[in-house]
Amino acid sequence: MSQDKTTLEVHIKPSGGWRSIDFRELWRYRELLYFLSWKDIKVRYKQTVIGAAWAIIQPLFTMVIFTIFFGRLAKMPSDGIPYPIFSYAALVPWTFFANGLADASDSLVSNANLIKKIYFPRIIIPISAILSKSVDFILAFLVLIVMMIGYGIFPTKAVIWLPFFFLLAVVTSLGVGLWFTAMNVQFRDVRYTVPFLIQAWLFATPIVYPSSLLKEPWRTLYGINPMAGVVEGFRWALLGTNAPPSLMVFVSVAVSVLILISGAFYFRRMEKNFADVI
Amino acid sequence: MSKIAIKLENISKQYRIGSLQARYRTLRDTITEAVKSPFRKAASLLRGEAYGAADLTQIIWALRDVSAEIKHGEAVGIIGRNGAGKTTLLKILSRITEPTSGYGIIYGRVGSLLEVGTGFHPELTGRDNIYLNGAILGMKKAEISRKFDEMVDFSGVEEFIDTPIKHYSSGMYMRLAFAVAAHLEPEILLVDEVLAVGDASFQKKCLNKMSDVASQGRTVVLVSHNMEAILGLCSRAIWLNGGKKEEDGPSQDIVKKYLSSYVERGAWRTPIAERTDRGGSGLIRFVNFRLQDEKGNPLDFVSTGETVDFVFSYIGKEEKLFNVTSWFWIRDNFGRELLYFGSRATGQDFGVIPSRGELICRIPRFPLPPGKYTIDLKADVNNVRGDRMNDVAIFEVAPGDFFKTGRPVKGIGLFLCDHSWRFSENIK
Repeated sequence: MSQDKTTLEVHIKPSGGWRSIDFRELWRYRELLYFLSWKDIKVRYKQTVIGAAWAIIQPLFTMVIFTIFFGRLAKMPSDGIPYPIFSYAALVPWTFFANGLADASDSLVSNANLIKKIYFPRIIIPISAILSKSVDFILAFLVLIVMMIGYGIFPTKAVIWLPFFFLLAVVTSLGVGLWFTAMNVQFRDVRYTVPFLIQAWLFATPIVYPSSLLKEPWRTLYGINPMAGVVEGFRWALLGTNAPPSLMVFVSVAVSVLILISGAFYFRRMEKNFADVI
Repeated sequence: MSKIAIKLENISKQYRIGSLQARYRTLRDTITEAVKSPFRKAASLLRGEAYGAADLTQIIWALRDVSAEIKHGEAVGIIGRNGAGKTTLLKILSRITEPTSGYGIIYGRVGSLLEVGTGFHPELTGRDNIYLNGAILGMKKAEISRKFDEMVDFSGVEEFIDTPIKHYSSGMYMRLAFAVAAHLEPEILLVDEVLAVGDASFQKKCLNKMSDVASQGRTVVLVSHNMEAILGLCSRAIWLNGGKKEEDGPSQDIVKKYLSSYVERGAWRTPIAERTDRGGSGLIRFVNFRLQDEKGNPLDFVSTGETVDFVFSYIGKEEKLFNVTSWFWIRDNFGRELLYFGSRATGQDFGVIPSRGELICRIPRFPLPPGKYTIDLKADVNNVRGDRMNDVAIFEVAPGDFFKTGRPVKGIGLFLCDHSWRFSENIK
């Protein structure tokens, strides 16, 4: 066993007030985070018949449906980009966000047994729920690359911003997920609310339509929905839709960081009751 | 003087318990209440107080002002009846839950085993589960890899290590779980009763492994009902009673005192109707207990093999009690639960009963050998706990003619059961 130079000191006392995340402790538990994410991925792909194909089928079929109804029938504008790739480029980060949020919201309750039997920073559970979705994201993203080649669309230099927009999606789903999963421990209603919310959020996000439908300053304000920033960011970075959505993205980043920080504090505040209430 | 590993000062833990329905509140309840007293409720929600705390009347102190110092390298056993706060203390030490008040400090890395196989996933292989469970228990990946072969060896499931554990027998499952747990090598090991499962030889293997740990100078805190395990592993014992520290000292002495307290200081010395150390809503309250024979004649003791009625008189709070279920356990003087009797198990729940009466459980051919036994009792009314009491009574079992052969049985083993012998000359 590796021995620390200095003996670890653990203090046991009732915690009061608002506490921030203990990042040093989180770092010590990084391997657990890795193993829990790895378990999620492995179990998911093992338990389904067509395994990893689900990661692709879900956004792909949604894209086909959107293309038929919104692209063909409703003749929705798509910033001069073929509608299938216009919607698919948005659905890839959206699916990651939506599935990550849904799983994160349920994560504490579905891991109740762990929480009651062993100590670790509880925040690892929702984080791993979201991280494990990144494999799905990568698979769906590979299809996006194939489609881009098919449509002869090549990204501009703006593509270097792509990881940033992915991170924004992670931060948003984690921030909202922390709020919901901590509430879910006490109020099991949350479990039933989240699917509705995600559905409404889908249409509140410029996925089937472009945000360019809105005039300034409304388009910038639209960034209050952080997923609007993510989706438009993906399109801009990959497909080169006209102007960079910079102002809107600033608003999105600010809102999303605010949700994450407040969510983290709320989570920490509720954390002490998890093992007793869950 | 060796260094201190664990120091606890006046640790208390309070639980709020309501009726079962209030356990998971719906958002609607909270919203309705929020409308009634908006600021208070919203504030308590944000403060992170559990479910509108102030409204629930029942508060129990699982631990009350427990202080202790445990030195580095000491092996300490925690003993006490069910509900004495043993597991709560262990949960506080392992930081699963926080104390309500008090302060503690732990020097060193803690490994806790409140259960074996925590986080095991049935779809994953034995190999995957070793890594997953190891990481959950706090081992590093490199450490697990290093001990992997040893763990597999210990578990004895080499052949199936790459089979999903859903195909394992429950024995294999437990052995694998123990194998991981037994290789946990923290500076301070907290163990809860996990040795109560598995077959005897495997239990012994685990006990040996643990005494290795204890003799290697690691600190061990063990919660157990198994007095042999406590005496075998721990030099010191802490006896908890009703959430308070009753005694603390050399395990030999403490275990002896603890066991004799069963008879001398048992809660049954107080008449049942006057007992206050009970739980439940109070919709039903047991007020008396007695034993009687088939014909209804009162008995002072039970004889092994005789038919006996356990009679519990009650008083209900309402004129009619609906859907009453009752059950009780019989324990031996080690606190081991030996027998369980439940009206739900026999499909004989009491539909509607008046506010006064007796619930009677008949046991034909009483199967326990001579000795002293205690009773824990519970009843539900309409699926809500109405009354709950430990140590309702102590009763004596006298030698009796279990086999109807005219040869009374003396106390050997824990139970008696019907059996017969025959002879065969055909040697196969």
